[in-house]
Amino acid sequence: MKHHIDEKEVNLLLNDVAGKYGYDFTEYAPASISRRVNHLFQADRFPSFAEFRYRIVSDPEYAMRFVEEITVNVTEMFRDPHFYSALRQEVLPVLATYPHIRIWHAGCSTGEEVYSFAILLKEANLLHKSVIYATDINTSVLEKGRKGIFPISQMQQYSRNYMEAGGLQDFSSYYTANYDYVKFREELAEKIVFSPHNLVTDGSFNEFQLIICRNVLIYFNRSLQDKVLHLFYDSLEPLGFLALGSKESLNFTSVAQKFRQLGNREKIWRKNHL
Amino acid sequence: MTASRLIVIGGSAGGLQTILTMLPALDPQLRAAIIIVLHRYNQPQSMLEDVLAAKTNLSVKEAEEKEPLMPGVIYVAPADYHLLIERDHTLSLDYSEKVHFCRPSIDVTFSSAAAAYGPDLTALLLSGANDDGVEGLVDVHDAGGITIVQTPDTALVDFMPRQAIGSAPVDHILDAREMAVFVNTFSNGPGI
Repeated sequence: MKHHIDEKEVNLLLNDVAGKYGYDFTEYAPASISRRVNHLFQADRFPSFAEFRYRIVSDPEYAMRFVEEITVNVTEMFRDPHFYSALRQEVLPVLATYPHIRIWHAGCSTGEEVYSFAILLKEANLLHKSVIYATDINTSVLEKGRKGIFPISQMQQYSRNYMEAGGLQDFSSYYTANYDYVKFREELAEKIVFSPHNLVTDGSFNEFQLIICRNVLIYFNRSLQDKVLHLFYDSLEPLGFLALGSKESLNFTSVAQKFRQLGNREKIWRKNHL
Repeated sequence: MTASRLIVIGGSAGGLQTILTMLPALDPQLRAAIIIVLHRYNQPQSMLEDVLAAKTNLSVKEAEEKEPLMPGVIYVAPADYHLLIERDHTLSLDYSEKVHFCRPSIDVTFSSAAAAYGPDLTALLLSGANDDGVEGLVDVHDAGGITIVQTPDTALVDFMPRQAIGSAPVDHILDAREMAVFVNTFSNGPGI
């Protein structure tokens, strides 16, 4: 017989975790989070909901596993190559006019997209005057990002994405291969600050010219989406850029009037001047 | 008002052909919503919605996150995202791990539709070469929904329907035209 945790029970767990550990998932879209909680419940073979709940409440280490497993950490380099060519063509020339460039990559997971953007900056000769703040709720993925070590098995796909995004170098010149893994060049990581940040509970920490947050908002409910979009608005300089995932949009949100979408099909918006 | 009944259709290799046969036979006044999950390549500008729209008077659109499921509308799962249904009858997208090497996964959509719609759901599993969707049919059945599998002899690739018939509780085994008739009856039948 297959055990299943229903949405009410999932809410109990999320309230426990929010109250006891400060990680608040109660405003996440329910269907996806229920699926992930059930997945963990079955993978770790708990005989009952009560024992699962007890373990989460009483074992902080296991609670961290819970937090890490129910958040999605799937990512890839140069995901949606056309998005990166749009950044290259329409956003980088504007960023180039600033003496110092500050970028916030929110919900960066293991950092593949952060390194992708660092490569764009490098090729536009802007990396030396840029800092990318790469944040995620999950500290263990940040550790991976900091190391810049990724499986070599992915490189063929990433190299293809890179070329489709308009890359002109030999992609393999950006990393050193070592058995099953590659390590990306230190000069890229030097300009990236990996740091924990919880979009639900933490506030603004700087003003940026570009905020990238892709495939994070889809996991939030409408009110949390609005709250986070206001955080982004407050964290952008006038005329700063906000880049979202390919199925995310500012349409029908409460900040829609405060931004203008760039005149292409990509999900890039620019904050109004006033 | 969101649609009070839902039909979810899952297919892989050969599934599109079945859907193209079904669509012209659907009632243009359909009162249920339809969701189609097809395994497809990730291309930024897909023609799939256009191909489907040419075969029906019902409106066809790519599913968007937070969108409410409306009666008489056909929603197509976007490439490279899982599509889930919330209890308030809105849609969610999810970019988590592939399931059975697939994203969108038919299992993911079937299972979440089962939780959201219970007995007001019919799931149709069509032609295909893998077994994505089979577990989802079990969840649909357990939640009181109706499970239908394409007659294997009429499927371009019969592996998926045969897997389903072999290991899931299947209420009906139908060909494309019979499925269209069933969908019309289920959508506009009593109790709505």
